[in-house]
Amino acid sequence: MPLFSKSSQRGLLPGFSLTLGVTLLYFAVIVALPLLAMLYKSVNLGWPDFWAIISSERAVATYKITVGAALLATLFNALFGLLLAWVLVRYEFPGRRLLDAVVDLPFALPTAVAGLALVTVFSANGWFGRYLEPLGIKVAYAPLGIAIAMMFTSIPFVIRTVQPVLEDVAVDVEEAARSLGATNWQIFARVIWPAIFPAFIAGCSLSFARSLGEFGAIVFISGNLPFETEVMSLLVFIRLDEYDYPAAAAIATVMLVLAFLMLFVTNSIQAWQLRYADRS
Amino acid sequence: MQTAAEPAAPAKMQSSRRHGQRPARTAHWLLILAALALSALFIGVPIAVIFTYALREGISVYIAQITQPATWHAIWLTVLTAIVVVPINMVFGICVAWLVTRFRFPGRRLLITFIEIPFSVSPIVAGVTYLFLYGSQGLLGPLLESHDIKIMFTVPAIFLVSLFVTSPFVARELIPLMQAQGSEDEEAAITLGASGLQTFFYVTLPNIRWALLYGAVLCNARVMGEFGAVSVVSGAIRGQTNTLPLQIELLFNDYNVTGAFAAASTLALIAVVTLILKYLLERKQAG
Repeated sequence: MPLFSKSSQRGLLPGFSLTLGVTLLYFAVIVALPLLAMLYKSVNLGWPDFWAIISSERAVATYKITVGAALLATLFNALFGLLLAWVLVRYEFPGRRLLDAVVDLPFALPTAVAGLALVTVFSANGWFGRYLEPLGIKVAYAPLGIAIAMMFTSIPFVIRTVQPVLEDVAVDVEEAARSLGATNWQIFARVIWPAIFPAFIAGCSLSFARSLGEFGAIVFISGNLPFETEVMSLLVFIRLDEYDYPAAAAIATVMLVLAFLMLFVTNSIQAWQLRYADRS
Repeated sequence: MQTAAEPAAPAKMQSSRRHGQRPARTAHWLLILAALALSALFIGVPIAVIFTYALREGISVYIAQITQPATWHAIWLTVLTAIVVVPINMVFGICVAWLVTRFRFPGRRLLITFIEIPFSVSPIVAGVTYLFLYGSQGLLGPLLESHDIKIMFTVPAIFLVSLFVTSPFVARELIPLMQAQGSEDEEAAITLGASGLQTFFYVTLPNIRWALLYGAVLCNARVMGEFGAVSVVSGAIRGQTNTLPLQIELLFNDYNVTGAFAAASTLALIAVVTLILKYLLERKQAG
């Protein structure tokens, strides 16, 4: 670990002021300024108006739908991600390398393409929909579709955070546990699970955060009905379309605050994970 | 997770086991099959459906759909956006990585966190922030309007918001690598009398080229596929500010399903190429 590498003497390598200047200027103009402009707009609304917008019935309905669907998607991805990480790290089988590469597809595939594919597959006469709808399971243009869209776009998070940690779980610790008479289940519960748990939680929170803000895939599949299948990002878009800029700014600010909260949570978990990794 | 396999654990298997991977037994095969089946259902089917639907009316219809003027223009605009945005964010990524891995200064960790902010911001929020900066209701909008400069709902707005959304990609690939490599090589070059630029081009760049390319490939995929942010700032004017992802939605809403899938297939193809490049570059980097 280069954590304690000798700190390079500032004088030796050139480019400190150049790279600092470029970085700060670019960050200020491209990232910070727009964010501040939106926050300024929200602050200008004044607290009573801001609160009235973000606590309106329709807005609250979108929070519930968004958070509920994101939780469902994260739960699925937690299990699916754990399974895939386990299988990819632990077993050798034909197609392992292909599977390892394909797992990243949801990140590489544009969300609009994913949304188009998902709504087609799950619509009444689609490849999946024709079997699901007779069973009474409606996905396209239903709340379940939102969860499916969120799920697809965040599949890789848990896999990619758990995989490297699982690879690092020392085989000799497992062997020691086995020689002391531990069963496979005990080894998993007492040795492996504690080691991968922080990474697993970090992956889940990344997946959840991504799902809260997802837009592209959801517009195609959700049906976009107020109070039923309308998520936060969509309500922002609708308010913009109606030229209701204050409402768009207020709800977008709620999303931004949520995003920062999740960033803080994820960073804390990852710091915890690093400490954890250093100790073992 | 694999309790069923416990009693059968033969001793010889342990000795033959390499780190990480071991020969699979029945219960292991069940897990493997479950993983493969779920991946096929949730990842394989969506990609298969795109190409199937795009080509279902035959190759000539497919080509006609792709080359219809609006879609063709969207392809061009998408490529143009990538050509403008990716190099700028490569330069930015190199600057950030050089700064935070070659120097220690107060606020360094905070800066690394800040750089990653665009990853946490919903695309739709990213679009909205630009609207409130450059739009007529925004902070700089009135000032720009008085000088007859229009940014919102024009092509430059698409460039700007794409810069925002993809700004951390290259830096995120370079920082861990340059951190791990350390700065001894560069310090040696400088001590031997190389200039800063010489050091960068002859020492640093060869060491980071694959990671740089990898970051650029990921950045490119995201630029070409960005939907939410671009849909807010572009105005989606047909034949003018419509990128491919927006064109897909437009065709879908027009009930031109084959056209939507034809347009989508070009982006899906880019995604597949991205994965192949990612695979190759990761191997290059490892070896």
